[in-house]
Amino acid sequence: MQVIGIIVSLMAGGLLAMALGPKSAQASRLAALAGLAVATILFFPLLMLAISETGSGTGAGAVWLSQISIEWIPRFGIRLLFAVDGIAVILIGLTLLLGYISLLSAWSEITKRCGFFYFCLLFTLAGVVGVFSALDLFLFFVFWEVMLIPMFLIITVWGHENRYYAALKFFIYTQASSLLMLLSMLVLVHMHWQQSGTISFSWFDLLETDTSGRLGFWLMLGFFVAFVVKLPGIPVHNWLPDAHTQAPTPGSILLAGILLKTGAYGLLRFIFPLFPEAALEFTPIAMTLGVISVLYAAKLAFAQNDIKRLIAYASISHMGFVTLGIFAWNAISLQGTLVQIVAHGLSSAGLFAIAGLIQQRTHTRALDELGGLWPQVPRLSALMMFFAIAALGLPGLGNFVGEFMILLGTFQTSPIAAVVAALGMVLAPVYALIIMQKAFFGTPSADAKSTSVDLVPHEIFMLAILVVGLIILGFWPGLLTNLSEPGMLDLMRNGLPAGQGG
Amino acid sequence: MNLLWLIPTLPFLGFTILVLSSGRMSRERARIVGVGSVALAFLATIYIATQYYAAAAHGLDHGAGFTVSLWPWITAGSLNLNFSLYLDGLSLSMLFVITGVGALIHLYASGYMWDDPDYTRFFTYMNLFVAAMLMLVLADNLVLMFLGWEGVGLCSFLLIGFWYKDPKNGYAARKAFVVTRAGDTAFAIGLFLLFRELGSLEIQEILHLAPENFEMGGNMPTLISALLLGGAVGKSAQIPLQTWLPDAMAGPTPVSALIHAATMVTAGVYLIARCHPVFLLSPIAMTMVASIGLITLLVAGFTALNQWDIKRVLAYSTMSQIGYMFLALGVEAWDSSIFHLMTHAIFKALLFLTAGSIILAMHHEQDIRKMGGLRKQLPVPFWCFLIGSACLIALPPTSGFWSKEPILLAAWEADPIFWYGAVFGAFLTAVYTTRLMLLVFFGTPEGGIPKTHEPKGWQLHPPLIILAGLSLVAGLFNLPAADVLPHAHEHHPPLWVEITGILLPVVGIFIGWQVFLKGRWQALRMESPAFDGLRKFLASGWGFDWLYDILLVKPFMALAKANRNDIVDLVPKAVVVASSQCYYFFSRGQNGQLRFYVATMAAAAIMIISLALFT
Amino acid sequence: MIDAVIIDHAFILAGILFCLGLAGVLVRRNLVFVLISLEVMLNAAGLAFIAAGSAWGQPEGQIMFLAVVTLGAAEVAVGLGLTLLLFRRFNSVDIDQLNQLKG
Repeated sequence: MQVIGIIVSLMAGGLLAMALGPKSAQASRLAALAGLAVATILFFPLLMLAISETGSGTGAGAVWLSQISIEWIPRFGIRLLFAVDGIAVILIGLTLLLGYISLLSAWSEITKRCGFFYFCLLFTLAGVVGVFSALDLFLFFVFWEVMLIPMFLIITVWGHENRYYAALKFFIYTQASSLLMLLSMLVLVHMHWQQSGTISFSWFDLLETDTSGRLGFWLMLGFFVAFVVKLPGIPVHNWLPDAHTQAPTPGSILLAGILLKTGAYGLLRFIFPLFPEAALEFTPIAMTLGVISVLYAAKLAFAQNDIKRLIAYASISHMGFVTLGIFAWNAISLQGTLVQIVAHGLSSAGLFAIAGLIQQRTHTRALDELGGLWPQVPRLSALMMFFAIAALGLPGLGNFVGEFMILLGTFQTSPIAAVVAALGMVLAPVYALIIMQKAFFGTPSADAKSTSVDLVPHEIFMLAILVVGLIILGFWPGLLTNLSEPGMLDLMRNGLPAGQGG
Repeated sequence: MNLLWLIPTLPFLGFTILVLSSGRMSRERARIVGVGSVALAFLATIYIATQYYAAAAHGLDHGAGFTVSLWPWITAGSLNLNFSLYLDGLSLSMLFVITGVGALIHLYASGYMWDDPDYTRFFTYMNLFVAAMLMLVLADNLVLMFLGWEGVGLCSFLLIGFWYKDPKNGYAARKAFVVTRAGDTAFAIGLFLLFRELGSLEIQEILHLAPENFEMGGNMPTLISALLLGGAVGKSAQIPLQTWLPDAMAGPTPVSALIHAATMVTAGVYLIARCHPVFLLSPIAMTMVASIGLITLLVAGFTALNQWDIKRVLAYSTMSQIGYMFLALGVEAWDSSIFHLMTHAIFKALLFLTAGSIILAMHHEQDIRKMGGLRKQLPVPFWCFLIGSACLIALPPTSGFWSKEPILLAAWEADPIFWYGAVFGAFLTAVYTTRLMLLVFFGTPEGGIPKTHEPKGWQLHPPLIILAGLSLVAGLFNLPAADVLPHAHEHHPPLWVEITGILLPVVGIFIGWQVFLKGRWQALRMESPAFDGLRKFLASGWGFDWLYDILLVKPFMALAKANRNDIVDLVPKAVVVASSQCYYFFSRGQNGQLRFYVATMAAAAIMIISLALFT
Repeated sequence: MIDAVIIDHAFILAGILFCLGLAGVLVRRNLVFVLISLEVMLNAAGLAFIAAGSAWGQPEGQIMFLAVVTLGAAEVAVGLGLTLLLFRRFNSVDIDQLNQLKG
C-alpha cells in the first residue's frame, strides 16, 4: 500500500502547490515540500522492511517486499499491480532524495509561475516512482507517460534560450520510442493470450511467455529502443545534450538523476526477464553500442564549451557502462549497474546543481568565458572538484565501485568489450578535468564576469547530502547491494534462457 | 596490530579536519594539524613495528603477515572484497619510508610554503596524499591497493597544479593524471584478468593460487604480469609512460620531494615486489621489467645531462634511479630493489628539499645557469646537497653505494648486458650529478655570483640535516622486507666487475670536474652548433613528448574539434530537413487556384480511368 | 426501344457535354459561369444515367438522375449564395483572385 500512498501524496502535493501558487510562491514551495515529506514518511516502512528482510546479508530474504493488485480494466486483464523489491526500494529512495535536491535548487532559481513548477516537479516524481513500482505493463506505460509530460513542460516553460527546440526534441524522441514499446507490449500480451488463453498485462504472467522466436526478437527490440532512448545510448542520445542545456537546474537534476535511470531500470526489469533468448542473441550488438557510448560520448564531452552540455555527454558516457553491465547479465555486473545508477544519480545531480549555481552567479555557461573562479568561490570550486573526480571514477567514491563492478563482471563474459570500455577510464579525466582547468583554474579571462558570492548555507547543505552519499557509496556499497541482492538474484534467474535457469 | 588502521586514518583525519575548516583555520593551526597528523602516523608506525618484531620474536613465520579486517567492502556474486589491511615486512618498510620521510618533508614544507596564501589547501592535499599512499601499501586486496593507487594519482594532480593561476601548471597536472591513468587502466584490466582466472583479488590468495594454476612460462602469467607492469610503469614514470614526471616539477618543491621522488613514483616497484610470485612465473615478463628499467635509466641519464632546470635534472635522475629498481626487480634482486627504494627515498628527498632551499634563496629561480658559487652563501644546503649527490653517485660508504652495488652485481649474474648498461648508467649519473653540483655551488656564472637571501622559518634546516644523516647511515639498516621476498642468489662475479662498478663513478666525477669546472675537453660539452640537433633531442627527453603529441594528442584534439557538434546529431537534423523539403514540394500544388485544382482532378481521373481500361 | 447504336450516341453526347462543361470550368474565371459549366457537367452525367437505365430497362438510372437533379439544385443554391457573399466581400467573382485558401 505504501507505494500508492507515496504516489498519491506526491500528486496531492503537486496539486496543492498549483492551487496555492497564484497566491504565494512560498506557500507553493512549502506545499511541495510537504508532499515530498509525506511521501518520505511513507517510504520509510518500506525501507525498514527491505533492511529487515536482508539484514542477515545472506541474500536469502524475500524478493517482493510489498505487492498490491487491484482490478482496473478487467476486460483486458489490466490491473493496478504494484510490487516492490530491493531494487525498486533503492530507486524510489534515490528518486525522493533527488526530489529534495531539485526542490532545494529550485528554491531560489525558480521565480516564475512557482505553483505550476512544483506541480510539474512533483508529478514527474510521482511518475518516476510509478515506473519503478508498477509491474502491470499497461500501468507502467501510463506512468512512463506521466513522467514525460511534466518534464516537457518544465523545459518549455522555465528553460533557457533555445528551450522550444530542446523540449520538442526531447518529446519526439521519447514519445516515438515509447509508442514502439506500447506496440511491443500489446503484441507480447497477444502472444501470451495465444499461448495461455488469458489476457494479462502482469509482468509475472508475461514472464511465462515463450518469446524465443523471431517475433520475440523484434518485440525485445521495441522495448530496447524505448529504454535506450531514455538511457540514453548512442545513437539515439541526441535529445539529451539539448534538453540538459536548456532545462532549468532542477529540471537537469531530475533528468540526469532519475529520468535517465528509468531507462536503465527498464532494461534491467524487462529485456532479459521477458525475452531471455532474444536478449542473449542481441548481446553483442548491445555491448558494442554500450562501448561506443562510453568512448564516443567521452570524446564529445571533452570538446564542449557549454558546461551543461559537457556534463550531459559525460552522463551518456556513464550510461554506456550501464548498458554494458546489464547485458553482461551476471551478479557482479548487475549489482555494479545498480551502484552505478545511484552513484551517477548523485554525482550528476551535484554537477548540474553546481553548473546552475555558476550560471546564477556569472550568467554564463560557456567555459571560455569563465576562468579563475577558484579564488572567488573556493567552496563551490572545491565541491566541483569533488564531483568532477567522482565523475571520473576515483576509487573511494560511488562511481568507481559501480564502474569497477560492471567492468569486472563484463570481463567475465566478454573480455574485449570490457577492455575497450576500460579505455573510457583514460578519457574520463580528460573531460572531467578540463572543466576544472577552464572554469576554476587559471586567471579570469578578459571578458569574464566576476562574482564574489560563495555558497550560501542551503546550497552547501544540498551539495553536502550528495557528497556524503557518494562517499558512503564508495566505502560501504554493501549498504546498497545487500538491499538489492535478493531482488537482483531473482531477476537474474528470470533472465536466463530456459535450460540455463537454476 | 589492532591499531594498524590508525596509521592511514591519522593523515586522513588531518585531511578531514583541514577540509571541514574550509579555509577558516589559522596558519599555525593548519601547520599543527598538517604536520602533526603525519608525525603521529610515524609514531604509530614505530609502535606497530615494535609489535611486529615482538610477534616475530615469538616464532612468527618469516614472511608471514597480519591481516586486519575492517569491514566488507564490495560483495556481489563470487566477488568478495573486504576493506582490510595487511602488514608484513615489505609493507612495514614502506610504512617507514612514507611516514618517516613524509613527516620530515611535511615539516620542511610548513616552512617552505609559509608565505603561500593557500597554506591550508596545501596541507589538505598533502595529508590526503599520505593517507592514500599508506592505503596503497597496506592494502590486503588489489582493489584496495587500486584505491590508494588512484588516490595518490589524484593528489599528485592536485599538487602539481597547486599554483593553478598558470595554465602551464594545470596542463602538467592533467598530463600527469591522464598518462598515469593510462597505466592504471592496464592495471585494472590486469585485475579483471586475475579475477577471471583465479577468482580472487586478495593479494595473498593470488600469490598462492598463481603458481598452482598457471604453468611456468605460460601465456597467462605473462599477460597478467605485462598488464600489472603497465600500471607500474605509469606510476613510476618508466618508459614508455615517463613523460609526465619532468613536467610534474611544476608543483611546489616539497611535493616533488614527497610524491615525485620518495613515495608515489616508487609505487610501481612496490607493486611488482608485492606480486613477485606472479612475475616469477613468466621469464618474459621479468626480462621486460629489467629491460624497461635499463632503457629508462640510460635515456633518463642522457637527458639529465642536458637539462638546465635544477628540478628537472633531479626529476630525470629519479627516473633513472627507479630504472635501477626495475632492473633489480627484473634480475630477481628483490630485496636490493626495495633497499634501493628506501635509500633513494631518503637521499632524493634530501636533494629535492635542498634544491627547494636553493630555489627559495634564489627568489624562485630554477635555472642552474643563473646559479654558481653558492657554497659560501648557503653552507647548510651545500653540505646536504654534497651528501645527497654522493649517495646518488653511489660513492662508498654512503647508503647509495650499499643499495646500488648489489643491483649491479645481480645484473651481472643475470646477463652481462644488463651490467654493462647499468654501470654505464652509473657513470652517467656521476657526470650529471657532478655537473649539477659544480654549476650550482662552484665557479661563477656570467653575471657574477648571485645574491641570495636566507629563508625564514626554523623548519627548513632540521629536516635537511636529519635526512643527510640518514643518507649516510641508511646503508646499515636491516630491512624487514627481506623476510618477505625471496633471497637473492649469492653473487660471485669476477673481481674486476666489482671494482669497475666502484671506480667508474669516480671516473665520472673526474670527467665532470674537468669538463664543467676546469673547462677542459670542451668537445664533450657538445656546445658546437653541429650538435644542436642532438642536444635538443636529448634535452627533450628523446622526443617522447613530440611523438605522443603527434600520435595521440593532436589526432584526438583534431577529432574532438572536428566533431564538436556530434555527427550523429545530423540524423535527426536530416529528418527535419527532409520533412520540411517534402512540405515545400507538396504545398506548391496547394496554390488556391480553383481551376488548377479542377484541372489536376480531371487529369488524375483520366489517368486512373485509362489505367483501369488499358491494363 | 433504343438500340445499341443509339445508346452509343447518347453516351457520346453525354461525353461531349461533360467535356464542354469541364472546359468551361477550366477556362472561365467568372464564378457564375463556372457554376453554369458545373451544371452542364452534372446534366451530362444525368443524361448518361438515363440512357444507361433505359438501355438495360432498369429503374436505377432514372433514380440516379433524380439524385443528380437534386444535387444540382443544391449546388446552385449554395454556390450562388457563396458567390453573392464573395462578391460582397471582395467585389469580384474572378476565381483567380479568390485564391487565399492556399497552403
